[in-house]
Amino acid sequence: MSDSADVVEGLRKRYGDVEALAGIDFEVQRGTVFGLLGPNGAGKTTAIRVLATVLLPDAGRAEVLGHDVVKQADAVRRRIGLAGQFAAVDPNLTGRENLRLVGVLSQMRRPEIMPRADELLRRFDLADAADRPLRTYSGGMRRRLDIAASLVPRPPVLFLDEPTTGLDLTSRNELWEMIHELVRDGTTVLLTTQYLEEADRLAGRIAVVDDGRVIANDAPDRLKSQLGSTVVELGIRGDGRAERAVGLLSGRIGGRVEREGELLRITSDQGAHVLVEVLRVLETDGLEPDTLTVREPSLDDVFLALTGHHAEDASDADGKGDAA
Amino acid sequence: MSSTPVSVPLDTSRDRRIPFAPVRDTMAIAQRNLIAYIRVPQLLVFSTIQPVIFVLMFRYVFGGAIDTGPIPYVDYLMPGIFVQTVVFGAIAAAIGLAADVKSGLMERFHALPMARSAVLAGRTIADLVRNVLVVILMMVVGFLVGWRIHTNVLALIGAALLVLLFGYAMSWIFSTLGLAVKDPESAQAAAFPILAPLVFASSAFVRVESMPGWLQVFAEHQPVSATASAVRALTIGGPTAEYVWQAIAWDVGILLVFAPIAVRLYRRAV
Repeated sequence: MSDSADVVEGLRKRYGDVEALAGIDFEVQRGTVFGLLGPNGAGKTTAIRVLATVLLPDAGRAEVLGHDVVKQADAVRRRIGLAGQFAAVDPNLTGRENLRLVGVLSQMRRPEIMPRADELLRRFDLADAADRPLRTYSGGMRRRLDIAASLVPRPPVLFLDEPTTGLDLTSRNELWEMIHELVRDGTTVLLTTQYLEEADRLAGRIAVVDDGRVIANDAPDRLKSQLGSTVVELGIRGDGRAERAVGLLSGRIGGRVEREGELLRITSDQGAHVLVEVLRVLETDGLEPDTLTVREPSLDDVFLALTGHHAEDASDADGKGDAA
Repeated sequence: MSSTPVSVPLDTSRDRRIPFAPVRDTMAIAQRNLIAYIRVPQLLVFSTIQPVIFVLMFRYVFGGAIDTGPIPYVDYLMPGIFVQTVVFGAIAAAIGLAADVKSGLMERFHALPMARSAVLAGRTIADLVRNVLVVILMMVVGFLVGWRIHTNVLALIGAALLVLLFGYAMSWIFSTLGLAVKDPESAQAAAFPILAPLVFASSAFVRVESMPGWLQVFAEHQPVSATASAVRALTIGGPTAEYVWQAIAWDVGILLVFAPIAVRLYRRAV
């Protein structure tokens, strides 16, 4: 059997005039976490929906554990868990009833369902709320139950569409930890995210998606080294001063310098050291920045580096694809 | 396109079939929809208190002013009430399915290895079960306000079954609506313009002869009137068979048209 849990080849999907997937390709190795990174409307959700047999592709091929998502949809459905962008739970059922419903509909045998539901409720810290209707849950609790629901039948392949959107920091870190645990136990995870940090923390490999295409597909470290691990942003106001600063810095520091108006962006893989260099060089000409930010690269920086344009939010363009 | 033949045995333990899986799936969905009636007070009020208010209002407020000839108004009214109750109740299918699409629950269902028919079958069966209870309740209320059967128990049971069949057909119309609009508020808004003419421009509460001529044409040829007339024939007496067959023909026609549309919309509803 092939080492790939998911294979996507030349997948296309169009909503009216908008091409949500314009021939997307990627493979996910078994037992790994694969991140689809891109802005709203890039086609991430559409790709996941095709893999999860929810949407039919217009062209191309997608397989999950060797089963074709169109011709063998039922076999695919017996092997996947899906947690979509919104908590897909029944607000009138209790947490336990929601998990039981998913267990029954996942074709599990009755005696297996309740112990599994209890186990998941404990693991997601929902045991105390297990018998309350979902209407009374907070947003974070709903999200956790939604992810728990996707795990009821112990799926070997898990799809998580922006799993941490709407979660507070604590819940987010817990979920990250949970994903690491699942992968340790052999689950393959395909997740989408708009945050480079999240993809970096979780995924062994990242595909950057733009306009329905994969524009980069690499290990996070390699992506970041192409990109630089530190971004320094300097605001230098005043007539031509920013331009003068670019002239001074170019070639004299270990990093790439870009200017947008009065904003200088320096990307470097030398960590904070670059900051000292930059300030020293500027001082030789008596230039002092008005504002200063040092941060990790963001999705937007990835896009600038890969495409030369900002990560545009194209949520309207994708129709229901990523917006819903 | 390279299609690698699957030469290595795949893990097939997950492909075991559970006996009667489609029935089990449908019952699970029906149960889930019935639980909503118990937990959401508005749904329960809408499907019980509201028809009771209609009975009291028409029986004691408007009834005196409505001429139904030799038939006591309460005997004329109650068949209309049964029919009106199941039509109004059918809105729950539109709102419920639209909410399931909007919440993403439908997306989850599509990704589960469940019977494709279970969501719609479970939805309409839940509403059928609710209708059984509501029709029984309305009969009790009817007896309390003076409604009398002039035929026999078998005819009464036949009348109840006819009302339930009509309600089931209505569930498919409103399921189609809910899946088409995909938003519970819009579903509710869109439902009223459909059901208001059906229920009020009909023989449910007043005789069609009292309406202007142009309205009579519509009122005489629509399923609410057909079902109300058949239920009246079964509970008051007189020629019956023609009315009953007409009502059944409407229900079969509605099911033949709307069930395939609803199924198509369901397959595409994400």
